[in-house]
Amino acid sequence: MTTAAPLLRRPGVVLGIRYAAAIALTLFFDFPIYWLFIISFKTPDEIFHYPPVWYPKSIQFANYGVLFKDGDANTVLNSLVLAGVSTVLAMLLGTICAYGLVRFKTGGENLAVWIISQRMMPPIAIVFPIFLLYVWFGWVDTYQGLILLYTAFNLPYVIWMMRGYIEDIPIELEESALVDGCTRWQVLWRVVFPMARSGLFATSVFTFVFAWNDFLFALVLTRTEVITYTVQVTHYFGGQSNFWAKIAAMSVLGTVPVFFTVATLQRYLVRGISMGAVKG
Amino acid sequence: MTGMAQTPRMVDAGSLVPLPGHAPDRHFKYAVVAPAVFILLLIGLFPLIYSLIKSFQHITMLEEDTSFAGLANYIELFRDARLWQSLLHTAIITAIALPLELVFGLLMAQLFLERLPGRQIFVSLLVLPTVIAPIVAGATWRLMFDNRYGPINQIIGWIAGHPVPALWTVSPHLVYPAIIVCEIWQWTPFMFLILLAALSNVDKSLTEAAEIDGAGYWRTFFKIVLPAIWPVMAIAILIRGLDLVRIFDIIWALTQGGPGTMTETISIYTYVQGFNQFETSYTAAIAFLVVVLLTVIVLWALKRMGLAK
Repeated sequence: MTTAAPLLRRPGVVLGIRYAAAIALTLFFDFPIYWLFIISFKTPDEIFHYPPVWYPKSIQFANYGVLFKDGDANTVLNSLVLAGVSTVLAMLLGTICAYGLVRFKTGGENLAVWIISQRMMPPIAIVFPIFLLYVWFGWVDTYQGLILLYTAFNLPYVIWMMRGYIEDIPIELEESALVDGCTRWQVLWRVVFPMARSGLFATSVFTFVFAWNDFLFALVLTRTEVITYTVQVTHYFGGQSNFWAKIAAMSVLGTVPVFFTVATLQRYLVRGISMGAVKG
Repeated sequence: MTGMAQTPRMVDAGSLVPLPGHAPDRHFKYAVVAPAVFILLLIGLFPLIYSLIKSFQHITMLEEDTSFAGLANYIELFRDARLWQSLLHTAIITAIALPLELVFGLLMAQLFLERLPGRQIFVSLLVLPTVIAPIVAGATWRLMFDNRYGPINQIIGWIAGHPVPALWTVSPHLVYPAIIVCEIWQWTPFMFLILLAALSNVDKSLTEAAEIDGAGYWRTFFKIVLPAIWPVMAIAILIRGLDLVRIFDIIWALTQGGPGTMTETISIYTYVQGFNQFETSYTAAIAFLVVVLLTVIVLWALKRMGLAK
């Protein structure tokens, strides 16, 4: 670049414009989240003030206090149990299945394609017959009902992702373990699981978040006992407007854990959301 | 551990090293796959068959009439204007939101492609909308869009110079823009993140060589960059396209399909038929139609994008 470079070509100017754009985008994408969080800390007077209050005078936790006092906050624990147990099950069954697909080509490419096609099923078309079945079994509003459904729903994802991670493991390690006298199952536990641990970790976080963020399955299959936080949020809709504080506080309770879990896997984020299309 | 208990015979390695193709491996190769396939059949295939049977009957949740209706429910599908409208609404939302997410995501990825101090912080902040629950995203925008106490009308009012009392989630003219803004807000970061990674992986020497040869920016982009990122971009489009076709949560939070049935998508309509109108057999027929439609779309898309093997 010479000093005669046009204004828009000067490195400093270009960098300035890029920063301005980056800041504007950050405002657009993060202001609504800020707004949600800030409402949860506002007093009713501040929430229903015209013009809107852009930041509260003081941070107060009364809106959260109400949720804990009424027991509404327990729905977060329901989400935790459902997402946690179904994640463990899906990871365990999905990873050994992926191992079979990779190392033994069980069922060939057809089985792998059938499994991933299950992921593309529209949830509404699955959940309706499942609901009828669960009514029959008496499984509506039970932990096992939703855990089974979340496990099944996440299995294709886990199998698909773990297939990629297992392919990355050098096969020589497994072969030498076999030579050392390990059984196939021992190879799985002592070599494959430890070698794939970063993949296991990243995939389980995504699996957990998918179940945690689910709304439709929980809406259809819960009544009172195992209501998740996502369903609880919608219970405050349509009522009196003083439920705003509850909508915001309940949403924040459910969102903060997701932010923390996702923050732990920056490195695997792209591979996880692109279903392995990008290997970061 | 449970797997080991079920198949104790596998443990008898003895002095022989099990080689691929060795007898115990044949059991092992099916034993590892069996539990997952069993669950998928139980939850994926069994309900489908079950609802197919129900769809030929007369059942509502109030009346257990199991006599067979033949194709009556399927003939009714073709006469059901509300069903076709809901499919149209789904198509409209997908056709508008998907290209916008793609283009905005690509532009954002271009912005952050070159070195920018603090880039990692920006990227971390920008992906936040994508990881929150869609129902929470909808709830958030419901609060944002409130005609009196929400910040959107306030900001528009500043620009317009007078108060704007737009009813975003009620007015027929504004519900679609509201849904699409919320949808784009939540999922553009998803496109952005994937495309940023894809662009970063493009071989720099190729684009530099093209520029030295005198190819302009757009020519380089369409001839070199786009083909290089296409496999990844196609999967991102497929994932988002499928999610858009089954969109439910955001609309449920913002409009519940209203005003009237104006924003009813196929998922919302199916839900309403099954759980508000209690039309069991008819809903089973709709659910089956949805599965067939989506299967056709997916197969077509996979073929079209050159992803099917």
